[in-house]
Amino acid sequence: MSRRWNNDLTPGDVTAETLFLNRRQLMTGAGALGIAGGLAAPARAEELEPNSFEDITNYCNYYEFGTGKDDPAKYADALTTEPWTVQIDGLVEKPGDYALTDLVGQMDLEERIYRFRCVEAWSMVVPWQGFELADLLDMVGVEPEARYVAFETALRPEEMPGVRYPVLEWPYVEGLRLDEARHPLTILATGLYGKPLPNQNGAPIRLVVPWKYGFKSIKSVVRITLTDTQPPTAWNKANPREYGFFSNVNPTVDHPRWSQATERRLGGGLFSRRQDTLMFNGYEEVAALYDGMDLAKDF
Amino acid sequence: MALLDLSALNPHLRRVPAWLVYGVLALPAPWLLYLGVTGGLGVEPIKALEHELGIWALWLLIAGLTVTPLRRHAGVNLLKFRRALGLMAFYYVALHLATWLLLDVQILSQIWADIVKRPYITVGMAGFLLMLPLVATSNSRAIRALGPRWRALHRLTYGVALLGALHFVMLRKGLQVEPLLYMCAVAGLLLLRLPGRRRVQRFA
Repeated sequence: MSRRWNNDLTPGDVTAETLFLNRRQLMTGAGALGIAGGLAAPARAEELEPNSFEDITNYCNYYEFGTGKDDPAKYADALTTEPWTVQIDGLVEKPGDYALTDLVGQMDLEERIYRFRCVEAWSMVVPWQGFELADLLDMVGVEPEARYVAFETALRPEEMPGVRYPVLEWPYVEGLRLDEARHPLTILATGLYGKPLPNQNGAPIRLVVPWKYGFKSIKSVVRITLTDTQPPTAWNKANPREYGFFSNVNPTVDHPRWSQATERRLGGGLFSRRQDTLMFNGYEEVAALYDGMDLAKDF
Repeated sequence: MALLDLSALNPHLRRVPAWLVYGVLALPAPWLLYLGVTGGLGVEPIKALEHELGIWALWLLIAGLTVTPLRRHAGVNLLKFRRALGLMAFYYVALHLATWLLLDVQILSQIWADIVKRPYITVGMAGFLLMLPLVATSNSRAIRALGPRWRALHRLTYGVALLGALHFVMLRKGLQVEPLLYMCAVAGLLLLRLPGRRRVQRFA
């Protein structure tokens, strides 16, 4: 258990006044860095007004339930999330099938209000609840040869109408380098707005990596595998020219079919303006993970 | 030779004035704008409006392509409404483009960069430009003046419909089912026009 950040707030506080949110955002940023004192500028924090619960739960990409943005909200009810087992295997000391309730019970749940930037150039701000992936990795014990973490989404054709179509190769898979997975910003989320994660948002447990495009934050995770080789990832397999393994938010590297320089923050209505996309989605503290890498090549 | 005889509809269709078709087909656009302003188009109303206007354009382009096969194979005469279908398709294409320019991208330098650099936008813009000579000659005076060349010129609609469907296929992430259905509809309607196919029908 990390004890890197202590949550003295109840879920009801998520909708509290802006000032309160700002203060908490500062704490979150400081906690995530593991140092005392706030580094995040208050000006930045002021932008982090979470989108409404309705916004977040009605505009989703979860292709297992259909490719329309409202398909997941319409069809994800069919997903059985209890009981839920996460298989943890590969280069770990304690592999096994972990019942989600046991697993979450051993973790420190905390609130993280993160920017969420979709590769399609829209964004939201989401108040997640979850725990640091690093804590889970410490619990199961990572073998020294492990270099990557692979993730897999549930594949339930009888509950997921979208998997009838070969839009992607099912099951959906994702991966992180071990140092990315261990970064304090990387969490496994089990709730949002103080409620259990809605099915359309990846219930009962999903990855959230806020400095990467949204599709890296894999939903409804059933398997976590530690490996020594770079694991395949769903969108990279579908179109390697458009979706790289890293997929860090980067305003200077365009998607081949659209610019990534700007984004639209959802919730602003018909006449909202685009805003500049920030490097690493504003989470500059992860830059050191990529020292010496050409991010235009390793996009 | 008709595969299905629906010619009984023709006397009723003759009584429908063309202006009514223009009027009815124009209505969805202001309705969509109203929904967009009042929150009826969801969390991302700009993309939703853009998409809906684009889909209306595709529907009308496809409807325009059905006029000839319907007459040939079902005996229904909708020729009187074809100009309305074509011009209203352009109305939706123009509004779709305006939504993209004024509400979606908004940044002038990025608009030009997108047209040049993004193939799906290049394809969409090409479709729009191909429509301009068709719109300019969609009147009785132009038909008389151009004579047989008018028919040749208006075969550009085939290209416009193909570009429109291709634009839709290309803009989606991954190969999705819905845009492919539109592409199949356009391709199917164009295949019905192949000369070989027509001869077979005639001799059957």
